Amino acid sequence: MAIPGIHGHHSRIVARLPKSPTGIDGFDQITQGGLPVGRPTLVCGGAGCGKTLFALSFLVHGATRFDEPGVYMSFEESTDELAQNVASLGFDLPGLIEKKKIVLDHVRIERSEIEETGDYDLEGLFIRLGFAIDSIGARRVVLDTLESLFSGLANESIIRAELRRLFRWLKDRGVTAVITGERGDGTLTRQGLEEYVSDAVILLDHRVTEQVSTRRLRIVKYRGSAHGTNEYPFLIDEEGIAVLPVTSIGLTHAAPSERISTGVARLDTMLGGRGYFRGSTILVSGTAGAGKSSVSAHFVDAACRRGERCLAFEFEESPQQVVRNMRSIGIDLQPWVDRGLLEFQAARPSVHGLEMHLSRMHRAIERFRPRVVVLDPVSSLISVATQGDVQATLTRLVDYLKMQGITALLTSLTHGRTELEQTDVEISSIVDTWLLLVTLESSGERNRGLYVLKSRGMGHSNQIREFLLTDHGVELVDVYAGPSGVVTGSARLTQEAEERAAALAHEQELERRERALARLRAAFDAEVASLRARFEADQADLATGIDEQRSGATRLRDDRRAIAERRRADAAQSGNGRRQGDESD
Amino acid sequence: MQGPRQAYVLRLFVAGMTARSTRAVENIRAICEEHFAGAYELEVINLYEQPALATGEQIIAAPTCVKALPLPARRVIGDMSNTARVLAGLDLVEHT
Repeated sequence: MAIPGIHGHHSRIVARLPKSPTGIDGFDQITQGGLPVGRPTLVCGGAGCGKTLFALSFLVHGATRFDEPGVYMSFEESTDELAQNVASLGFDLPGLIEKKKIVLDHVRIERSEIEETGDYDLEGLFIRLGFAIDSIGARRVVLDTLESLFSGLANESIIRAELRRLFRWLKDRGVTAVITGERGDGTLTRQGLEEYVSDAVILLDHRVTEQVSTRRLRIVKYRGSAHGTNEYPFLIDEEGIAVLPVTSIGLTHAAPSERISTGVARLDTMLGGRGYFRGSTILVSGTAGAGKSSVSAHFVDAACRRGERCLAFEFEESPQQVVRNMRSIGIDLQPWVDRGLLEFQAARPSVHGLEMHLSRMHRAIERFRPRVVVLDPVSSLISVATQGDVQATLTRLVDYLKMQGITALLTSLTHGRTELEQTDVEISSIVDTWLLLVTLESSGERNRGLYVLKSRGMGHSNQIREFLLTDHGVELVDVYAGPSGVVTGSARLTQEAEERAAALAHEQELERRERALARLRAAFDAEVASLRARFEADQADLATGIDEQRSGATRLRDDRRAIAERRRADAAQSGNGRRQGDESD
Repeated sequence: MQGPRQAYVLRLFVAGMTARSTRAVENIRAICEEHFAGAYELEVINLYEQPALATGEQIIAAPTCVKALPLPARRVIGDMSNTARVLAGLDLVEHT
């Protein structure tokens, strides 16, 4: 039923219910317009929760910005006290009273001065309020805090009856009213004022944990209106009260396509060759000593070189420490500080609550007008608030920076070896580029590596680079990704040497084999030669033998023929004739 | 307003002439007559007619009876039906 944040299709429904803007930064967003017009709203909370300031802001903004004069009926503080308290916020109550924009009425009830005898009602209060409303045509009314009636008067049943009548009367008058109430034990208000208010109930909470104050606002009830049930952090500073809606300003900021250098050439290469987008938000997370500050120092240095103003919020180190540390890696930031291009804002997270930090950051950014903002590290803000608050705060800050076109680099300290912390994951949804610095532990060494986990809107390298901190800054080198994983540091050097040796050995082996082959070929050739020699010799012998034999046989026949001719034999002529034919074949 | 007796200045604020207002006026007048006859001044003010006075006199309840003089100023709210309480509340206990 309750929808946190602002969604388009709900604002249509909500638009039917007229709203009276409070002018309180953020509150009108989470309520889609403010408080219900012509109805009373109960604002409750403990002492010092800021309900008086909420009510006064509603009234003063009404008078100054929305042309709705208002009546402030105070049951606790005197008019002088009130004027003094809010003068520091720039609210000029006496001036507004003078201009008949506001009527202040201090209702003083001293129980010790009042004796009750018999029946009465609070018509005096009604007449007084009615008169004040009529005197300036008030559209808004604040009653702060009605519960004082209970301590000032004895007859509770009369008070309750009259309160019921008062709330009805306020509705009849059509004024938009804020009634404040002190928080009770297990109840929203000590006197159960909530039972008289059916339209809207807002709870303010002020918690101090470990001496750090955190303020929260919750919309307990808002009849006929979609509202967030979340608790919203809010802040009170010298500019008043501001609520930090979780779904904040929106996604309307322009997305510039200009690219700016990261200050590390190789990192630019990894990010599509041209670095970060102008106006984007970069998260650099890593374990202690992983080199987050160095990456941000490079970026700051590069920005200052371009002549851009940089504002660095340091939550853990003093500016002197940062300058000194960066000098050791060859980055001298001091000249930029001297030239007024770079300003450090150092604050221990625990000094202020989250809302004060946010407000201080806003203020500093408004004043310095930087093009680049660094928050180092945002994770330390966790120490002063819960994760949800930090995320809400950062979302708001990031939105603000984007609208201003300011490029922001946030660093985040992670712990442990998993490298990824919940905080990072939560913050990461609001950043455009996420660099992860990891320490790679092997062979008794810790070495640094850098990944680009994501980078919206650009092609980026998905490879890990070894990250070296040299005396001339950060260097990124390729890592060896072998079968046993990524290898860095001296293991990388060993690996390189080993690979060189292996290559050499390989070459030598090759040569050896080539020689063996040559030898083999030579042996083969020799063998072939000798075989041929033998063959030729044998062939020659055989041929000679054959010739001799053939010539021997011919001679024999010739001899026989010669002998026969000499004998002149004729008796054996016929027989000899046949035999002659055979032989001549 | 003269003589040894102190002057009492009382103002009774009522919201219209309701039965309760009338009762309050009658009650306070009777008390004054009984205890301070000739030495008091009682003004009955209808807040509807002079609403600005409600703020000036710090009135929230009606009826409210304010003792302006002698100082210190005191006030009693209600229909003034309990005489003892009215006297105590307005610090009107007669001093000899």
